[in-house]
Amino acid sequence: MSSLSDPAHATTGGRRPLADRTSATPDELLDWLRQMLLIREFEVRTMQAYQDKKIGGFCHIYIGQEAVAVGCTAAVQHADPIVTAYRDHGHALARGMDPKYCMAEMFGKIGGCAKGKGGSMHMFDKPNNLYGGHGIVGAQTPLGTGLAFATKYIDEVIEGGKSRHVALCFLGDGAVNQGAFYEAKNLAGLFHIPVIFIVENNGYSMGTAIHRGTTMSHRLISKGEAFGIDGYEIEGMDVIDVQREMKAVADKCRETSRPAMVDMKTYRFKGHSMSDPRKYRTREEEEVWEAGDPITRLRDALIEEGLIDDAAFKALNREVKLQVRSSIEWADASPEPDITELFTDVYVEKFGPYLGTSMPQIVTDQENDR
Amino acid sequence: MANLTLVQAINLALVQEMEKDDRVLLLGEDVGLNGGVFRVTEGLQKRFGDHRVVDTPLAESGIIGTSIGLAMAGLRPVPEIQFEGFLGPAYDQLCSHAARMRTRTRGGLTVPLTVRVPVGGGIHAPELHSDSPEAIYIHQPGLKVVMPSSPYDAKGLLIACLRDPDPCIFFEPKRIYRAFREEVPEDEYVLPIGVARTVCEGDDLTVVSWGASVVQCMQAIEASNRSVELIDLRTLYPFDMDAVERSVKKTGRCVIVHEAPKTAGFGGEIAARIMERCFLHLEAPVQRVAGFDTIMPYYKLELEYLPDTERIGKAIEETVAY
Repeated sequence: MSSLSDPAHATTGGRRPLADRTSATPDELLDWLRQMLLIREFEVRTMQAYQDKKIGGFCHIYIGQEAVAVGCTAAVQHADPIVTAYRDHGHALARGMDPKYCMAEMFGKIGGCAKGKGGSMHMFDKPNNLYGGHGIVGAQTPLGTGLAFATKYIDEVIEGGKSRHVALCFLGDGAVNQGAFYEAKNLAGLFHIPVIFIVENNGYSMGTAIHRGTTMSHRLISKGEAFGIDGYEIEGMDVIDVQREMKAVADKCRETSRPAMVDMKTYRFKGHSMSDPRKYRTREEEEVWEAGDPITRLRDALIEEGLIDDAAFKALNREVKLQVRSSIEWADASPEPDITELFTDVYVEKFGPYLGTSMPQIVTDQENDR
Repeated sequence: MANLTLVQAINLALVQEMEKDDRVLLLGEDVGLNGGVFRVTEGLQKRFGDHRVVDTPLAESGIIGTSIGLAMAGLRPVPEIQFEGFLGPAYDQLCSHAARMRTRTRGGLTVPLTVRVPVGGGIHAPELHSDSPEAIYIHQPGLKVVMPSSPYDAKGLLIACLRDPDPCIFFEPKRIYRAFREEVPEDEYVLPIGVARTVCEGDDLTVVSWGASVVQCMQAIEASNRSVELIDLRTLYPFDMDAVERSVKKTGRCVIVHEAPKTAGFGGEIAARIMERCFLHLEAPVQRVAGFDTIMPYYKLELEYLPDTERIGKAIEETVAY
């Protein structure tokens, strides 16, 4: 293991002077706080909207893991692609998606980031280089390899320069047991593909504790070593640590055009999905993790450093609440999809009974040419 | 013009598109140094370098998943899966991701991917190396499925797939990879996806087929005294039902021929569409000549399994005489 982690301060939170822990500017630190507050508030309102039946299907809440999406996103460049699994609202917001598009997507409205066709698990934002949001556990990992491969191919083959991007591929700890992940790692290791597999290790595959379902759960990064992939263990509950250590990992991968695997230790404060009674863990365990709330940690560190006071924090919180409230109003007001939408965006050509054909238009337009 | 086999026609199409467009790259097991399991990509790694013709590990899910990532980022990957039976491990990637990305993103992201897959029996291979699973992929909305039956069609259709913004599965009937040659233009040309070809015209009966079976049908028609019209669908989704309809309304009779097992084979869909569109024109029930509902047998029995001229000829006679 070539861990960049320094256990001395990984566990002591904000007690060391900030200047020793991060090179981020005060503005950046405040922005991270704002992003985490935004995700938290967004998810609280998402749960309400789900209970109000405004959101259909399945819904996976990111509360507790905010420092991971915010810290990792802050550690890379905007042009570096990101792909993740279905607990994806946090990544979308951290990548810069306007919360109104994210909310409208879950409402199934035309205003959603995918015009309401993807839903909670499928947040896509091409301008912000977010390539989903994917619903099949672990199946996004070869996509991560491919996205990183594409940056390398474009940098080196098409533009004739040096590989200068990395891709972030998030997965849950349950996904490390999927076969696709092993193929993705082998390809990445073999072809020197700069993809960083970030295992958001919240300790549970749905309701199964990691030690009950995963071998070597005490040392997950061993699952990258067989592929020549350097592993890093990072405490994922403090955004300052996450950003600093992820930046070191990303800089190294960018420089060497090599993959990496990160065991990002975190915890989801809510259930796996909205319909999870959490019978598989104790309230005591939850309370231990809640005491290390990533938002409280950053807030306290910034207050201690004099970068923010209680009044300013409250004002920031109020601003975020207003933003989320208006995103809900916007999503509510966004139009329902017209029935003709059933037949759009399946193929490049429009098709369907509304066009008088049961197949893409090209078939009826073109004559046999031989 | 050049007199080419189907393998050579595909190779030529790949060379020409790779020369034109450096977003096109090939990936697969042994596609580079070894030139592919059927030597379809022979010489391409030498010509374009190992960064554009990439030998991959034996990992179909990884190959297709990685290709989808490449395609989402704007490249034009052309992965080869060595045999149609090996699509199984990649099924999740094809049907969970490639097929759905356009819908899921409302056109924001597309997957311009062409998966080249040798398909079908007739080369003395065992099951999983001789299967015809096209119906599985036709049934998945979002995929385009193409299966040429001649070198000329193969080149034009492959170029169409390579330039198409949607994910295409390009099935290459291995039985006719080198079975015959045909004049193929050296310049590039595109045959539109979704358009059938009338192989020969006739008035007594329509035969609808695709892939290597088209060759069997041609032989059966030659041996028959009847005036038979043969339609090669060429593209299985989207499929040219209008061409089938025109022909069946003219002849009033139809036989559908494919290698895949009969039950829930694509022939059933064609027959249902004929019933929907041509019911009052039909003079006889639509017949299907297909593989049996068994696992594709090993080579001693494979010719019993595959539709041959005798079975096709018999179906033609029965349907005309009905």
